[in-house]
Amino acid sequence: MTAGADHRIRVVLAKLGLDGHDRGLKVVARILRDAGMEVIYLGLRQTTSSIIAAVEQEDADAVGLSMHNAGHLTLGPKMVNALRAGDINVPVIIGGIIPPEDEEELRNAGVAAVLGPGASAEEVVEAVRQSVASAA
Amino acid sequence: MEENRTDETPDDARARWQAAYDSSRLRDVPFETMSGVEVEPVYGDAPYPGQYPYTRGLHPGVYRGRLWTMRMFAGFGTAEDTNARFKDILRNGGDGLSTAFDMPTLMGYDSDSDWAEGEVGRAGVAVDTLADMEDLFADINLGEVSTSMTINGPANVALAQYIAVAEKTAVDRAKLSGTIQNDILKEYQAQKEYIYPPRPSMRIITDMMKYTTAEMPRWHPISISGYHIREAGSTAAQELAFTLANGFAYVEAAVAAGLDVDDFAKRLSFFFNSHSDFFEELGKFRAARRIWARWMKNHYGAAQEKSWQCRFHTQTAGVSLTAQQPEINIARVALQAFAGAAGGTQSLHTDSYDEAHALPTEDAARIALRTQQIVAYETGVANVADPFGGAPFIEWMTDEMERQAEAVFAHLLDLGNGSILEGCYEGVENGYFVGEIADAAYRYEREVNAGRRIIVGVNRFTDGDDENRQLLRIDPTVEELQLKRLGEVKQSRNSDAVAAALADLKAAAESPDANLMPPTIEAVKTYATEGEITSTLAGVFGRYVEQAIV
Amino acid sequence: MNYRTLSVPDLVDKAKAGDNRAVGRLLTLVERGGTVADEIAELTHPLRGNAHVVGVTGPPGAGKSTLVGRLVAEWVERGHRPAVLAIDPSSPISGGAILGDRIRMDDVVPEGTFVRSMATRGHQGGLALAVPGAVRVLDAAGFSPVIVETVGVGQVEVDVVAAADPAVVVTTPGMGDAVQANKAGLLEVADVFVINKADRPGASDTRRDLQLMLDLAHVTGQDIDQYGTYFRPEVVMSTATSGEGAPATVDEIHAHMDHLNASGGLNRRRALRIRAEVRSRAEQILLSRLEDELEGTDLLEAADPNPVATAESIVDRIAGES
Repeated sequence: MTAGADHRIRVVLAKLGLDGHDRGLKVVARILRDAGMEVIYLGLRQTTSSIIAAVEQEDADAVGLSMHNAGHLTLGPKMVNALRAGDINVPVIIGGIIPPEDEEELRNAGVAAVLGPGASAEEVVEAVRQSVASAA
Repeated sequence: MEENRTDETPDDARARWQAAYDSSRLRDVPFETMSGVEVEPVYGDAPYPGQYPYTRGLHPGVYRGRLWTMRMFAGFGTAEDTNARFKDILRNGGDGLSTAFDMPTLMGYDSDSDWAEGEVGRAGVAVDTLADMEDLFADINLGEVSTSMTINGPANVALAQYIAVAEKTAVDRAKLSGTIQNDILKEYQAQKEYIYPPRPSMRIITDMMKYTTAEMPRWHPISISGYHIREAGSTAAQELAFTLANGFAYVEAAVAAGLDVDDFAKRLSFFFNSHSDFFEELGKFRAARRIWARWMKNHYGAAQEKSWQCRFHTQTAGVSLTAQQPEINIARVALQAFAGAAGGTQSLHTDSYDEAHALPTEDAARIALRTQQIVAYETGVANVADPFGGAPFIEWMTDEMERQAEAVFAHLLDLGNGSILEGCYEGVENGYFVGEIADAAYRYEREVNAGRRIIVGVNRFTDGDDENRQLLRIDPTVEELQLKRLGEVKQSRNSDAVAAALADLKAAAESPDANLMPPTIEAVKTYATEGEITSTLAGVFGRYVEQAIV
Repeated sequence: MNYRTLSVPDLVDKAKAGDNRAVGRLLTLVERGGTVADEIAELTHPLRGNAHVVGVTGPPGAGKSTLVGRLVAEWVERGHRPAVLAIDPSSPISGGAILGDRIRMDDVVPEGTFVRSMATRGHQGGLALAVPGAVRVLDAAGFSPVIVETVGVGQVEVDVVAAADPAVVVTTPGMGDAVQANKAGLLEVADVFVINKADRPGASDTRRDLQLMLDLAHVTGQDIDQYGTYFRPEVVMSTATSGEGAPATVDEIHAHMDHLNASGGLNRRRALRIRAEVRSRAEQILLSRLEDELEGTDLLEAADPNPVATAESIVDRIAGES
């Protein structure tokens, strides 16, 4: 028999907290789909525990969070730490309104990639691919 | 044109306009070009500005009588921080206050809720209780300012708090002037800041319309907002169509609740986006006035001119601001502001150039205000009404916007068996609105990405991006301070009075004929928190969860 | 812990012990197919506890996910441990997918409910193999019922649901939907009908239309189901957004199960389901060997490039292998 070859990247996309700006997240969902990935779209108002349940059950390769309300320095590390606490080695990618100088702090906190405003579709796809590859 | 009164010749229309213009009060400035050439108040043919269907403007001289209101949106950190910014705006010649609330407040959660963690005071000001609203407007005479409050789901609570502050400072509520956004339909369609399901939300809104119609003649109980629909990625025509359809839906709801259309329609106002395609925006603004007038007169049978008039606030397109080379956003904002002015807006907010990264710094907000002052005082746009009207391209664009909007109305009427209100409910439930918006947003992103649409500094002309910028930082201790403040208020209030007021509110919610405003005002006066009030109402109405449509 | 480096037996042990991450991982491996999926099939087959498999299908927009969420809540209430496999189509162009069913049932399912989203992934017969494999994993992990939800548009999706006991077909008020369902072949596979959004105008008309179609099928003798048993599907009215109709739907699903047990239909169904899987599996094996043979045969250079003769000789070679 042939070995299973269909290693599609599966990504959980969510908004953590109350922020309701989901235009970017929806666009990213379509970008990733069109790059051949499977997107488990959780959408608005998720908690770290609902995201972790999805990651476990869906066996996701990455978590993508979109943030527009200046809460990224609190919520980004919170997600990373929650995954670590669950001993789950899945990269977290954050996009949205993230000032460039916050990138380093987020990366130091364990966020795998940060996509600022204006990231192109290629950059989005590349960030996911690379984060998944280096976590494997 | 079909809109001319059948009994009126073009000369009569001109004479009627002249009479109206002559009797209107004008600003005491020379209406001439920079070089001293005197210009007419309006050029071209009937219908003239101030005449049905108001394509060319609501007033005979448009800005010759009064410039648009320069309304700048502010709100961050604690109520005291925002209060200081308000006073700054008033000192700098701004004449309207506009409040941004933080996300927990907008969603009806208190600062000490689990949901609020990390978001208190971040994107706006936190208002948990009447005490915060008192701080927000400390030393500002509510009888003398015009206040706009951008809040929807818990709008009844915010309005009740504002009324209570007025009462405490001995300002008659009849003197309160301003607008509360209170447009819940676009929340389900675009912005997603809802609490209850659509139908009970609509009841709260009609209660507020009834209350303000009876008690607060200078208050606009709803600002029907296309802004967020556009920001969520819609096209200009979708923004126009969905917004006006929502407006029709509120009219139908209010009429169904027993209000006379002419009693409240004159106090409805709109809020549009001004994006970068100057001509399309201009067509959109002109079409908005024309469509609203036609529908209010013909479809809803409004008899008064004021009921036919589409008054709107405009904000430049936040979504157009680029993170790359942010300084060039000042140019974008200027052009968008010019479109708003040429389109006859009643008030204007200009975005700050640094908003793609964070909330604006004080400097950036000042530049934004100066930008619209330049448009108002240096370009000459305020001298001539509807200065682009009559140009074949502009007239065509106006017709085209109207045509696309009418197609949407036809679809909604079909969905709602002849009712736009029912069509809107159905469109929310079946994902029509969010689906259309998501499709448009994705199409646009793909075009930008493929380079078919040039965005300066993003996919072309990218040299010169400077990474060093001053951004506004919200002090992380804000959350701590607000929690402390909330704790103190909860300690010092009379908890029996709170419980009794909430019980009254619940009883009113359970009785469909009761108006929710009076018990909400009574509840805020006991310092019941916003979260306590929204939870009480959610206990009766339920909470809305959207069907995700990607 | 990195579950990606765990062996299949370790994963199966963890799954058996109720570890959702291990279940999630196994489902990925089953979906990928190949020898690893075979190994999982071998290890989970003996662990199966005869989970009750419930198929739910219907046209897009019928509110299937919300209904499934309500059914799950009802089963949890009754002391069961349900799991959901929600199948959505892959993009035919990119092969990617946006899977939104999970979130559509999010607000109604009890916290901790196991929901797995699965994309059809386009490849022929893939779904027909992956779904029974996934059901076996969930069964081995102790879940029952296992609810398989698909959009009733493609033949493969309809077949997947038809293989369940029972197949629940969801429609909404409006004549068009009933006709559409008929066209898509959904009426023939239905064991239970649910008219969702029954608070809308036209619900009773749709119910009457369905009953008429069922009456007609009885008169013409077409209501003997594909397994040779007679069962007249019940029509349940439901409003999934409020949860109304969920208990009745679960009752009907159990009634159908009792009927199958009493009539001996259950074993016939299961035999047929196994037959279908064996058939898919065999097809896949044969196809894979055929590809190998075609790969290894220089068709132009062959002494006698007569297509019929060449095909026969290839089949002979495959049949000769063992």
